[in-house]
Amino acid sequence: MSTVPKFAEVNVGDSIPALLGAPISRLQLALFASAACDHNPIHVDDDAAKAAKLDGVIAHGMLNMALLGSLVSGWASQKNLRYLNARFVSTATVGDQITCRGKVVAKDQANGENLVQLEITAENQRSEIVQKGSATVALP
Amino acid sequence: MTLVGKEYQPFVFEVEKGRIRMFAQAIGDTNPIYHDAQAAANAGYSAIPAPPTFPFTIIMEANQAFMILEELGIDKTRTMHGEQSFTYYGDICAGDTITGRQKVVDQYEKKGGALQFIVTQIQLTNQRQEHVCDLNMTIVIRNV
Repeated sequence: MSTVPKFAEVNVGDSIPALLGAPISRLQLALFASAACDHNPIHVDDDAAKAAKLDGVIAHGMLNMALLGSLVSGWASQKNLRYLNARFVSTATVGDQITCRGKVVAKDQANGENLVQLEITAENQRSEIVQKGSATVALP
Repeated sequence: MTLVGKEYQPFVFEVEKGRIRMFAQAIGDTNPIYHDAQAAANAGYSAIPAPPTFPFTIIMEANQAFMILEELGIDKTRTMHGEQSFTYYGDICAGDTITGRQKVVDQYEKKGGALQFIVTQIQLTNQRQEHVCDLNMTIVIRNV
């Protein structure tokens, strides 16, 4: 298990280690549909996706957001996670590879906790933003 | 017609470790706390914890996420999940029985009514009546 960063050693402007997702496959979308109980056919059935005027199946927005969750929990540990937010800016599709990045934008103390706020993004292999949001963690 | 303040009947979800493991595999998170009870205990959990965005699966399984659209008779193909937030107050672990309560917290329009936004909040509490998580969900409806 990686070591949780110390509040005193984290500075505004710091980047946290990026998380590179595996290329999105139809198998992953099928597994996620089942595990996450998200059975909208536009995520698994090309015919349904085309009927909805898409080029083909698209990834679940919540799959991309789950990677953002792993980004932050992998850095600060899930126990320290207080808030996670994402705006769904665009979609990802089969073959896309998502990279999640986070940057420290503020440090505060509230309710007896050392809080670090992060700006987080999920982008595809063309550096196009797929999701953009924020996270708050409490560090020792 | 404002929907803000509207509340729905509570729902119940039982958190299973097999489901958490499947979810962690599907998202590609190999952290052992999601797969191994001992690793979870070493990290301070009473049992295998649910990953950060798993609460959304709870509301999907409970058929709560887009319930308001069905109620309003809105065609889901005109809608998008625009934004999602989770606020964490405690752990959700395998073996927990979670009770959720949904209410509408905001409603607004943009682009002269071409886009309508509905924001719902679902509060989750566990079997010890501890408030563990709030989910805020923004649904975007295209009216053109």
